[in-house]
Amino acid sequence: MQAVKEFFGTFMLTELLKGMRLTGRHLFEAKYTLEYPEEKAPQSPRFRGLHALRRYPNGEERCIACKLCEAVCPALAITIESEAREDGTRRTTRYDIDLFKCIYCGFCEESCPVDSIVETRIHEYHFERRGEQIIHKDELLAMGEKYEAQLAEDRAADAPYR
Amino acid sequence: MSALIELSWIVAKIVALVVPLFVAVAYMTYAERKVISSMQLRRGPNRVGWHGLLQPIADALKLLMKEVVLPQNANRFLFVLAPMLSIMPALAAWAVLPVGDGMVIADINAGLLYVLAMTSMGVYGIILAGWASNSKYALLGALRAGAQVVSYEIAMGFALVGVLMAAGSLNMSEIVRAQEGPIWNWFWLPLLPLFIVYWISGVAETNRLPFDVAEGESEIVAGFHVEYSGMAFAIFFLAEYANMILISGLAAIMFLGGWYSPFHGIPLLGPLFSWVPGLVWFALKVCFFLFLYIWFRGTFPRYRYDQIMRLGWKVLIPVTVVWLVVVAGMILAEIGPWFS
Amino acid sequence: MIEKVIFYVFAAILLLAATLVITSRNPVHSALALVLAFFTSAALWLLAEAEFLGIALILVYVGAVMVLFLFVVMMLDINLSVMREGFARYLPIGALVGVVMVLEMLLVIGAGVVDIGGPPVEAAGAAAEPNNIRMLGSVLYTVYVYPFELAAIVLLLAIIAAIMLTHRRRAGTKHQDISVQVRTRKADRLRVVQMPSERETDS
Repeated sequence: MQAVKEFFGTFMLTELLKGMRLTGRHLFEAKYTLEYPEEKAPQSPRFRGLHALRRYPNGEERCIACKLCEAVCPALAITIESEAREDGTRRTTRYDIDLFKCIYCGFCEESCPVDSIVETRIHEYHFERRGEQIIHKDELLAMGEKYEAQLAEDRAADAPYR
Repeated sequence: MSALIELSWIVAKIVALVVPLFVAVAYMTYAERKVISSMQLRRGPNRVGWHGLLQPIADALKLLMKEVVLPQNANRFLFVLAPMLSIMPALAAWAVLPVGDGMVIADINAGLLYVLAMTSMGVYGIILAGWASNSKYALLGALRAGAQVVSYEIAMGFALVGVLMAAGSLNMSEIVRAQEGPIWNWFWLPLLPLFIVYWISGVAETNRLPFDVAEGESEIVAGFHVEYSGMAFAIFFLAEYANMILISGLAAIMFLGGWYSPFHGIPLLGPLFSWVPGLVWFALKVCFFLFLYIWFRGTFPRYRYDQIMRLGWKVLIPVTVVWLVVVAGMILAEIGPWFS
Repeated sequence: MIEKVIFYVFAAILLLAATLVITSRNPVHSALALVLAFFTSAALWLLAEAEFLGIALILVYVGAVMVLFLFVVMMLDINLSVMREGFARYLPIGALVGVVMVLEMLLVIGAGVVDIGGPPVEAAGAAAEPNNIRMLGSVLYTVYVYPFELAAIVLLLAIIAAIMLTHRRRAGTKHQDISVQVRTRKADRLRVVQMPSERETDS
């Protein structure tokens, strides 16, 4: 009996028609596509994009050249050189990040004792010449100044969970 | 002089057929991408022009600009000849297809046979492309495609034998006239198994999904046209889609009453739709089949190669042979509106 | 006038293709030239209003036989120098066969002179019918019905023999029986076992 049923089921192409009904129904359903440049997916406050170096509200740079980020970086993307300033505090003279090496893991941000190196929400950037992928201290500080409001807000939002 | 006029008239008719055909091919690719993306809950091309309507033109321009790369140790002459050999029969077969009442380039008596002969020529382009490009993937794809096309041609031919028995003619226009009447008068109803067999083997014949082992991206990269680029590739593409439209047109003529309206001869509805030209009905039927092609592609996974061969030889051919006997019986008994 | 020009053009192509078949160094080129020869002779038959024969030639020989032929030729790794070695030795035999064939052809074409019996009267009368295929069919199934059926039986025999030759079960090869695979149901292979998801720890 079962064999007969299966035989006729095969010739009636019922399984194929079931499949076609499914795809036919999907044809009229709402689409999931985001039209990217115009529409964007929501971002988490923890989004890890391009790096930045932050300053204190009084304008003093946060980084104290402890080199924890350089040590923790799994991709060896960070290079730091430092020496003592006239007022006796230690500051970096060089802070380079090779963005080709960087894997955007966020370890540098987590290791930083003074919340200096952070990752912004920027993920749309490009380079036009060789060498541009290594961003220097002044560029990082400039990024920090430009996006300070957003950065502070994101840190505040994430603070309860740290 | 009169011969010259006749010749230019024929050329004009060919141009009037081929130009819309190429436009249809271009927009078939667009429709395919749109419909499949809809089935997969995507939006499809929508950047070039309004809702992406200029996308096929952009694609064509891109392919035109690209370089045709000749692989090393490829057979130069055959490599260039192969795309032409594949597009030529795809276009030549259109000569006998009546797109409307009397709208046909060559109304020959052996029309059906001519179409079969032309579709069987198409396999040469594929085989030669595979062999001439001196690549193992291309050769494997060509072998698969060749064996598949030759096998399914038999099932398709048998299905069409049923049609010519029912219509009593090989002339395409005569076949359509034999189906004059409303939708239940057309041959799809008495020849339903043959219709399905024809359609399945038509899909296999054009190497479309789910029978596209000839291309099988995941196994043999892209089959017979891996080594082709630029315009040479575009011609293969054109041939594939022209063949799809051809198979759809044949299905419309053989089984869905060609240019007749589905309400033809019904007392009230018939006159209501009598102003619609036959060409439109024909185009609508072709579009229906083309949509089926896309629907299949969006639904079914690719067949395994040995299962394709089994389906062709062990299922489709026996079904057609059995139904040919049934059709002969129906004709002898003069059943229904079809054979009386 | 135009028909004559077309005839001579096709005839020239046919002769050229036939010459290429035997002179071409590459076997694939030879096979393709043979395809061209078939195609042009089909066109010549069309010119002679034998449309069924012409199209059948394309359908059977070009569409099926030559494709398989091309398969075989493409797969072969032919050493051309070895093939050419015996050319001079076999030349006399080849020439003899050629001469015999020409003589036979002359005999058939010159049938009017030698008189080996023309076509039956019925067939000649049917030539008035404009539909070539109908005429062929009616002659085939009335006058020549026995030879026709005999040929069909011989062909059937050949098909069965070919299938029997290739389709025997060979020992030591692994076969997939697709019918069995297709008929497989979920219940045949999958067993869902009910068991508790947690268990008491041994303490």
